[in-house]
Formats: sequence, C-alpha cells, structure tokens
Amino acid sequence: MNGAQALIESLLQEQVDHIFGYAGATICPVADALKEHPEIAYTLVRTEQNAGHMASGYARISGKVGVCMVTSGPGATNLITGIATAYMDSIPMVAITGQVPSHLLGRDIFQEVDITGAVAPFSKHSYLVKDANDIPRVVKEAFHIASTGRPGPVLIDIPIDVQEQKLKGEFSYPEQVNIRGYKPSVKGNELQIKRVAEAIARAKQPLICAGGGVWLAHARDELLELAEGCSIPVVKTMMGLGLVPTDHPLNMGMVGAHGNHCANQALAKADLLIMVGTRAADRAMVDPVDIQRRMATIHIDVDPAEIGKNMQAAIPLVGDVKVILRQLLDRDIPVTDSATWLERLKDYRKAELSRQFPRREGYVFPGTALRRLGQRLEEDAVVCVDVGQNQIFACKYLPQKSGRLLTSGGLGTMGYALPAAVGAQIAAPHRQTVVVCGDGSFQMAMNELSAVRAEGLEIKIVLFRNHTLGLVHQIQSRSPYHGPFGVALDGSPDFETIASAYGIPSITVSDEDKLDGALDSFLGEKGSCLLICEVHPDVGTND
Amino acid sequence: MKQTISVLVENRAGVLNRITGLFSRRAFNIESLAVGVTDDPTVSRITIIVDSGNSVVEQVEKQLNKLIEVIKVRTLEENTFIGRELMILKVNANNKTRQDIMTICEIMGAKVDDISPTSMTMELSATPEQLDTFQAMMRPFSILEVVRTGVIAVQKGGGKI
Ligand SMILES: Cc1ncc(C[n+]2csc(CCOP(=O)(O)OP(=O)(O)O)c2C)c(N)n1
Repeated sequence: MNGAQALIESLLQEQVDHIFGYAGATICPVADALKEHPEIAYTLVRTEQNAGHMASGYARISGKVGVCMVTSGPGATNLITGIATAYMDSIPMVAITGQVPSHLLGRDIFQEVDITGAVAPFSKHSYLVKDANDIPRVVKEAFHIASTGRPGPVLIDIPIDVQEQKLKGEFSYPEQVNIRGYKPSVKGNELQIKRVAEAIARAKQPLICAGGGVWLAHARDELLELAEGCSIPVVKTMMGLGLVPTDHPLNMGMVGAHGNHCANQALAKADLLIMVGTRAADRAMVDPVDIQRRMATIHIDVDPAEIGKNMQAAIPLVGDVKVILRQLLDRDIPVTDSATWLERLKDYRKAELSRQFPRREGYVFPGTALRRLGQRLEEDAVVCVDVGQNQIFACKYLPQKSGRLLTSGGLGTMGYALPAAVGAQIAAPHRQTVVVCGDGSFQMAMNELSAVRAEGLEIKIVLFRNHTLGLVHQIQSRSPYHGPFGVALDGSPDFETIASAYGIPSITVSDEDKLDGALDSFLGEKGSCLLICEVHPDVGTND
Repeated sequence: MKQTISVLVENRAGVLNRITGLFSRRAFNIESLAVGVTDDPTVSRITIIVDSGNSVVEQVEKQLNKLIEVIKVRTLEENTFIGRELMILKVNANNKTRQDIMTICEIMGAKVDDISPTSMTMELSATPEQLDTFQAMMRPFSILEVVRTGVIAVQKGGGKI
C-alpha cells in the first residue's frame, strides 16, 4: 500500500463519502487511489475556492467533516478563500493538498507554494506529511481536531513522493488520538453553572443571544428547551439564524448592525444577556462596552479565548454548548418573572413583522420577495445566502421555519451561496435547497452551475438583479463618500441565457403583482430553476 | 507592564513559526523570546516577555493555548520566578581604559572571555535590568557589539508548569 492508498483508506475509516476537488499533477497518486473506491463520490468544481465552500455546505448540513482536495501551487492558493471562510465560521473541514516532491521543498520549483505557512493565520491546524507511515495518524488527528472543541478547517499537505511511498507493513488505523496540547473542555464548571442558574432566576428582563456555536454543537433543541422553559426571548446572530423559527413567540430576530429593529430594541432594554455559542463580534454586538455597563452578562462558549476577547462577561462558562445547556436544564431553573418584559417585546415584534416595504413600479423589493418566498418554503428547507444587500435582506426578512440558513457570516465571502448549496444538497438530497444572491455574487460562482448540472441537483436560485454591487453602492452613496464608483456591473451576461446554457430554466419578474405567480412556478419547477427579480439599484437595506 | 510567559511546546519543526505568527497577526508585541529543549527531548520551553496590560496577556495566553502544539502556558507572577538573560558585549579597550573596564566587570560579576590590544569581550548572565546597567556603564568606552539571548525563566520553589 502506498501513501495515497493509505490516505483513501483513512478517509474511509472516517466515513467520508464525498470529496469536492480539482485535479492537478501533484495529487494524481491520490486520484488514482480514489478511482478504486466508488463509495467515495467526487465532485469536480470549476475553481478550487468552491471546493472549500461545497465542503462547508456539506459539513453544515450533514454534521460531518467536509472534505476538499486540490493540487499544489495555484490549486492550493485558489483554495485559500475557502479555508479562510470556513475558519471564520468554525466549519469542520479537512483540506488535502498535493505538494511537490519532499526533497525539492523550498527550491521554488514548478507549482510549489508554502501552503501550510500561507493558511496558518486562518486554519485550526495543518500538517506537512513527510513520511507515508504517518498518514493514518495524521488523518485521524486532522478529523478529530476539525470536528471537536471549536470546529475549524485543518489542512493536510502531502508531497507527491510521500503519496507514492510504500508503507512499512500493514495499514492500521489508530483507535484513539492523543494530542497532549489539545484537550477541549466539554463539561461546564458546576460552580459557574450554579451562578448562571441563579442569575437567570433573578433576571426580570433576560435575553438569550444565540450564535453559530449552537448549530455547531447540535444544541438547537436544548436552546429552545431553555428559552421556553424559562420564558426567555431569543435574539440571534447571523450565524445563529434559524435556531428559533420566525413565528416562535420568543423569537426576536437577528441582532446587530444589520439586524432587526426588534432584536436591537430587546438588546437595548435587557437586564441579563445570555450569550450562547457566539463570539460577540462587531457586527452583532456593535457596542460591547455599553452592553457590559448596562446589564449582567453570561457567556457560554467552547472556546475559552472567545471569553473576554470582544466582551468581558460577568459570568463566563466554558465547555460544549450542548453539554452546558443540558447541565443548566437539569437544574430546573424557575420560570423567570418576565411576563411584563415579554409583553413589551411582543409589540416590538409585531411592529417588525408588519413592517411595510416600499414599492416601485417596474421593480421588486427584495424584502417583499423574500417574505413571500419564505412563506412558500418547505419546513426544513436549506437556504444558502450570499453576501451584500441580498444577505442583509434575507437574514432580516426571510421567514424561517425549522430549516437552515447558510451564509458566510465571518468573512463575508461573495460567491459562497451557490457552491454551499451544492454541498448542502449533496449532504441532504431530499431537502429543498434555495440560493439567494445578487448579480455580483452570482457572477463569482456561476461556473458551479456545472456541478448543479453534473450532479443532477435541484437548486432554486433567487437572483436580485440591480446591475450594481448593491451594498457597496449603498455605502458609497452616503457620507463620507461622494457617490458610487467601480460598482456598476456593466457587461454582465444575460443570466437567462447563462442558465439555459446549463439546461436550467428561468423566470424573470419585475412586477410585484406577478411575484406570487412567479414564485409558485419557480418553486414548482422540477429540477433547478433561476428566478431573477429586477431590483432598483438605489434600494437600501434600511428602506 | 512587562510580563513573562512560559510555554511548553512540542519540539517540532514549524512550531516556533506558529507562535511568532500568532503574535504578529493578533498585534501582540514580543519584547523577547528564548527557546530551548527541555529535559524531555520532545518538548521545548519558550520564554516570552510581552509588555502589555493584563487583558492582552490573558488573550495571548488563551490564543497560545489554542495552538495544537502548545502543551502548557503559564504567565509567571512577578517575584515568583527566576529570570535570567545572557549578554555578550564587546568594547573598545586599550592600555588606558582596560583597568576601568575590569573594575566595572568585577562589580557586575561579568566574565572576560576575550581580549585583544584594542578590545575586550565580556559575558554577563543576570536580570535584564542588570544587563541594562552593565551596558550603560560600558557605553562610554564605545561598544562594538552586543548580543542578548532574551530572558529564560523558571518558577521559584518546587513548583513547575
Ligand atoms: C469576495 C468579496 N469581494 C468583495 C466583497 C465586498 N462586497 C461586499 S458586498 C458587495 C456587493 C455585493 O454585490 P451583489 O452580489 O450584486 O449583491 P447586492 O449587494 O447587490 O445584493 C461587495 C463587492 C466581498 N464581500 N467579498
């Protein structure tokens, strides 16, 4: 057995059933080994970045580690944005890169880059494998590191000669990992649990802020149980969207700079903030110092470094979010006396949900389209949202049921949605999968319509066409800037023709009276479909 | 405030790179850094001095802990550890100045390693402050070269990290 075969054997041990990748000379031995194993499916992307995003979408929906694999040099550098995007959102991922022969490392030979060095700032860990006999251990460790504690991407860089190297003796896969410097905390400190329970019981105006860490810990049920059991309203960060359905009485929407007004009102008036699986970053907690001053704070997170990084919490609680929530639930915290508080919030919520959107002849307002789209989606639909105004509108106004909303929250990577949707649908072929994007972000990823076609996927793509890089257009239209520059999407193709070239039908709508009919035919289409909504370029996210 | 962080790491290629990389990308400033293998050949000890407030040092400690190859991190409390640095210093010296230089060396406990008709080279192991003093005293004789190792430190008493 050679190193490449040992790699595939190890991936099988990790129950890998799909790899997203791109070919190249230095990864050929692995391709050759993979060819013998049809139980691992392979999707050829059209640019390596999207292998990362597909693996991300796959990981977020399957709950498993996403795997991508590319060649050395330009293949590896193209993947960097995919890795960084996954890192910022703590997505469990293993990225495998081919590398030039180990005896030539450091000589700048054809297609050599120091990829482990390049990704150091935004990967959880990386390996440069120098001996094929290490491969089983390295793969075992990589999957363990990627998926435990605070998840994240791990890179394995394998020189081609190591892929070809014969292993000594039989292949054997380690049962356990033992990394002395890596022991993530799981259980919460009992004393702190007690303090948290007491603080909750005392609070009159408690508020939970739930982030992506709740999804990562698979702790949605526990979160809802705590919120419902103690009558605590919930705001979510962008990464926490979908944890509480829109029509849930305790749902207060998305908090932060681009969030719902009702969520920010709740945050402004709370007397206790319980942050769960969130890093309290700038977009969600616009003024952490002010929050700290005004209310008691509890911070529950698996990563001790997040506690006190952006906000100094009064009561920190480190450990696995699911385990900690269970520990709290086991304490039978009394229902908080929050009736008046909830009553007040109900009014804020009602105002937000009945918010009237502007109408403009010949155009569709994104908020209007998203509201009506959301009402029509299946209970567990997966909606992948890109970056820009389309992201803000979708995160604010798309009604959520018990499905998922996947977006690039931390890095804000345009072009994330379509490849993420490909990965998501491969992970869950029977779930309705929808993409929401702008005409700028779609053009960053539309080459992946090939994957949609090749895999026979059914992805419904909503494209807001405003002929501009809307969010930047909006920023440039306000002080201190002097008007849009370099954002007009001149020369964009006819997206209807592009879609049809991939065998995908499309519908264009520019009249809100025709929106319902258009949405019905769009969602009713068997197979993929593109819905283009004509949006006025001057639309703003606060309209 | 200067703080001393003691870090045990896997003795492996690339580890130091991750540590220094972490400092630069998180905008933490390193005053000095010294590395050497411990009694266990698979483990190295790094002593890092940072000049920052407590909250920054706490973040440094937590971020270091997140690195997979970092085994243990401890910020050493003032007066609870022995911290030493080695300096080798070369000055201009001639028949007129040699005796004065020797006197300072004796007072400070520096050892003369090399001598030539025009120069003297001394070594001194001491606290960074004592090294600063020694260096300042040598300056009037015109220093030719100075090299300092950065502080290494261990806790006092029987405790270990
Ligand atoms: C890869 C990348 N490049 C640039 C940006 C900066 N940026 C943020 S939003 C945006 C405009 C997005 O335009 P579009 O996809 O058309 O969506 P819209 O805002 O119009 O809804 C840009 C350029 C980014 N987030 N990601």
